[in-house]
Amino acid sequence: MEFPRGHVANNRFTQLRRTVTNHAATAVAATLSALVVSTLVAIFAYLAIKGATSLNWSFLTQTPKPVGEVGGGMANALIGSVIILLIASVLGLPVGIGAGIYLAEYGQNPLGQAIRFTADVLNGVPSIVIGLVAYGLVVYEQGHFSALAGGVALAIMMIPILARTTEEMLRLVPTAVREAAFGLGIPQWRTTVSITLASARAGIITGIMLAFARVAGETAPLLFTALGNQFWNLSPNQPMAALPLQIYVYANSPYEDWHRQAWAGALLLIIMIVGTTSIVRFVFRQRLGGAR
Amino acid sequence: MATAVEVRDLKAWFGKTEALHGISMSVEANHATAVIGPSGCGKSTFVRCLNRMHETIPEAKAEGEVKIGGMDIYSTPPVDVRRKVGMVFQKPNPFPSMSIYDNVAAGLKLNGTRSRKTLDEVVERSLHQAALWDEVKDVLKKKSGASLSGGQQQRLCIARALAVDPEVLLMDEPASALDPISTAKIEDLIFELKQKLTIVIVTHNMQQASRVAEFTGFFLMGHLVEFDKTEKIFTNPTDKRTEDYITGRFG
Repeated sequence: MEFPRGHVANNRFTQLRRTVTNHAATAVAATLSALVVSTLVAIFAYLAIKGATSLNWSFLTQTPKPVGEVGGGMANALIGSVIILLIASVLGLPVGIGAGIYLAEYGQNPLGQAIRFTADVLNGVPSIVIGLVAYGLVVYEQGHFSALAGGVALAIMMIPILARTTEEMLRLVPTAVREAAFGLGIPQWRTTVSITLASARAGIITGIMLAFARVAGETAPLLFTALGNQFWNLSPNQPMAALPLQIYVYANSPYEDWHRQAWAGALLLIIMIVGTTSIVRFVFRQRLGGAR
Repeated sequence: MATAVEVRDLKAWFGKTEALHGISMSVEANHATAVIGPSGCGKSTFVRCLNRMHETIPEAKAEGEVKIGGMDIYSTPPVDVRRKVGMVFQKPNPFPSMSIYDNVAAGLKLNGTRSRKTLDEVVERSLHQAALWDEVKDVLKKKSGASLSGGQQQRLCIARALAVDPEVLLMDEPASALDPISTAKIEDLIFELKQKLTIVIVTHNMQQASRVAEFTGFFLMGHLVEFDKTEKIFTNPTDKRTEDYITGRFG
């Protein structure tokens, strides 16, 4: 079959128009990307300007001073945040990742659909409501505020994020890889644990970091669970300070020195999140040897 | 000659669509049997029924009698069937997270073999059988299976299938994603392998069927139209439809 010549216009004007359109589209995409990145840079820069001068050794090693006294720090809140996040991870990771595995490998049924829908709804529940649930589940039952209650609240927030990202990442592993394993007579559970999960581990780690970063800065669910604490406390069964709580209290206070510390706390929090995420990624990239 | 695979009235479905309408076929041991036919005729479905891989697809099911070495595979757990009946797929599918060594050892390791010595021996033997040993012996544990070329990956997949010592090897268009040189290597390999096991190979390439297989089955719309010695199928077919297909009048 023959096409008439000139069926597709290809003169100098058309070529020029294509070049211009191409450059224009690239420019629009680049501008929008720059806008996204600049927001992050602006936040970081503003925090650094406002908080860097107050982010000193005593801020990292001391507990808050009584009202009226200048100085002191957020050492207890920093450690408190670490402990609460550890509790949340210990509780949330197995449930979230387990649910994700179920959804991806076995969840093509009404139960799977129900879990998927529930996870999405849970993901959209306001964090203060999650805090109330943890209050009812732990604080009300125990009769006192505690770091454990805070950890439970954050774990509930992590679970749907983990479940859905784990599912997505496992779905990206080609069916051909699973079939190869079945073809060798490897049982399904073994295939999931040793092959599918291993193939998707880089993506799942990213999912874990996303969930971690998402809850690390949460304040509302901690307000009536971990409650906050002006003093050192390492017991998960007692009220515990956390960076977001401390920032919230200090930023709302009328004292200039506390405002200064709130800025430093915010900077510390963001460094903690970015630092953890980067270190985990770096370590796993080394271990995976580029095979991602 | 002994029969390695005895298929009686095999039917297969995808949901409500019947893809195979009662296939009967006897596959000779230590020979290669080719399965040819136009796209969508059920030839892949047929071989995937021989190791119960068909039923891993949601809503798919199969019915009928398939005996392999006296074992009725539809009353044997799939996991046991698949250790006896290996499979090589159209697209090379090495495990991306594993080294070359681990890819070959996977079938044994993940089924519980712990002995280093056994694993080392099996990996070396299988890679020799798949004619890949010389190319990868220095990077066995350093390189990932996915870093090899397409043809090498396919031979790696063959080595991986051989490592669990199957009686039958199913090959679903094993060379259709490869260049002519890699294809020739795979075909040479088939000649070597049928000394030790039985091969059923699906192919779109009729020259390939005539080169590697002693027997050929022609599938059309879920029916086995004709099954005979390869030479007979290609020079003097009994059925008009077979003749039309091999002379290129359709398909």
